Amino acid sequence: MIFTRRDTLLMAMGTAAAAILPFGASAAAEDAISAFTGGAEAGEGGITLTAPEIAENGNSVPVSAVAPGAVAIALFAMGNPTPDVATFSFGPLAATQLASTRIRLAGTQNVVAVARMADGSYVRASQEVKVTIGGCGG
Amino acid sequence: MADNVTPRVRVPRSAAAGETITIKSMISHPMESGQRKDSDGNPIPRSIINRFTCAFNGQSVIEVALEPAISTNPFFEFEAVVPEAGTFEFTWYDDDGSVYTESKDIALA
Repeated sequence: MIFTRRDTLLMAMGTAAAAILPFGASAAAEDAISAFTGGAEAGEGGITLTAPEIAENGNSVPVSAVAPGAVAIALFAMGNPTPDVATFSFGPLAATQLASTRIRLAGTQNVVAVARMADGSYVRASQEVKVTIGGCGG
Repeated sequence: MADNVTPRVRVPRSAAAGETITIKSMISHPMESGQRKDSDGNPIPRSIINRFTCAFNGQSVIEVALEPAISTNPFFEFEAVVPEAGTFEFTWYDDDGSVYTESKDIALA
């Protein structure tokens, strides 16, 4: 098969678009965060998100978030087909506001943790996780 | 109905009054996300655990709302205060309506 100059250019553009589009921060993910915060702006600080920089297998990525004084913590995967991951609500007997679990990531993307504080304000933290093998099948 | 759903929970046997303990919980469950397709290209319907709760003597410790992005065999780690001797109750709610429960007693040291 012989590549003409036009074919090569088209292929290069297609590859570049495919690399950028699926796992970028989507509007749907920001909408999911707004649904949790009720549209309020989330501040910085007061929440610590721990996630690996590189995850070999997107099927099981250990993620934990700590937010002292939080009522609830929600996790979001910005590049997943459905950005919601989990919402943790803490009861009176929770010693620390620690949320730790294992999540699926479709590809390299930002993981965001948003905490609702006792006074009704919101804080968020974000970390990029590089994923070698995506975890959403199909 | 998911097969062979087995809850597993690790709680210390005893603790001092007011002490903070770490609880780890896991339940074997496929957590079918609804995104995958079978070999004929048909989507496999979603079947996950959508809610997990932990309570101590009736008082809530933590409640989690799960989405399909939680891995197979959902695992949670969290910390609780033990004010008195009693029982931790763990409950998992399946999409198909099944409810799985596990309880652990803890004594005062």
